[in-house]
Amino acid sequence: VKTMNEIEIKALTENLPKVLAFVDEQLEAAGCPRKIKIQIDIAVEEIFVNIAHYAYNPEIGTATVRIEVMNEPSMVDITFIDGGVPYDPLAREDPDVTLSAEERRIGGLGIFMVKKSMDDIEYKYLDGHNILTLKKALTGK
Amino acid sequence: MTGRPFMVTVSLTREENKDMDIRMENINDSIKVILKGRIDTTTSPALEQKLKSGMQQCSDLILDFAGVEYISSAGLRVLLSAHKFMIKKGGLKLINVSDDISEILEVTGFNDILNIE
Repeated sequence: VKTMNEIEIKALTENLPKVLAFVDEQLEAAGCPRKIKIQIDIAVEEIFVNIAHYAYNPEIGTATVRIEVMNEPSMVDITFIDGGVPYDPLAREDPDVTLSAEERRIGGLGIFMVKKSMDDIEYKYLDGHNILTLKKALTGK
Repeated sequence: MTGRPFMVTVSLTREENKDMDIRMENINDSIKVILKGRIDTTTSPALEQKLKSGMQQCSDLILDFAGVEYISSAGLRVLLSAHKFMIKKGGLKLINVSDDISEILEVTGFNDILNIE
């Protein structure tokens, strides 16, 4: 069993609450545990905000957010599609999280959190579009 | 730096911002900030401003996280810069951190940087 819903929205940070409301609605319908919902929300925020800040800068473009819910096993695929500059966030080097406060750089922390909390992330650039998919099981940790 | 760094450039006033409540309590020269809600891309700028104005005159900064249910990298960035500002005075202290938030702080190494009680 599988449901698929998507929204197309202007890639602006002020639209983040709308994107999260859309995603949460699907997650709640799928019976997603609260803890996993928080992890997914954080991941969605990091990816959407990154698109909003950099994909079309200084122009404004749109992003599509698609959520597919699978049963048995219960899991979601959340796909972000934008027509901005090609950018693979997975190619970014992970920050060194063992450094002291003075040495810490904050760059790359967002995508690092996504990598740590999602089960799998796929990126491809196809027909002028960045296509990034987050995969997460809705059961267990 | 190559690629697109994750950065925050949004600015919001508190009035527009229904997702987070910030309350400041001054006790002698220490400040306790009681936070409620979500510390995310849209709410972080308001928190950053509040902390900046408070940090100038205090020697102790305590953030009460009991009501915080969510923190993204935008929020962590605010904590890190506040901690750096306060480091000579002993840094900032987080209290009443929930398990969900604790896990985020651990994954990102922030539990080793910040004083968490």
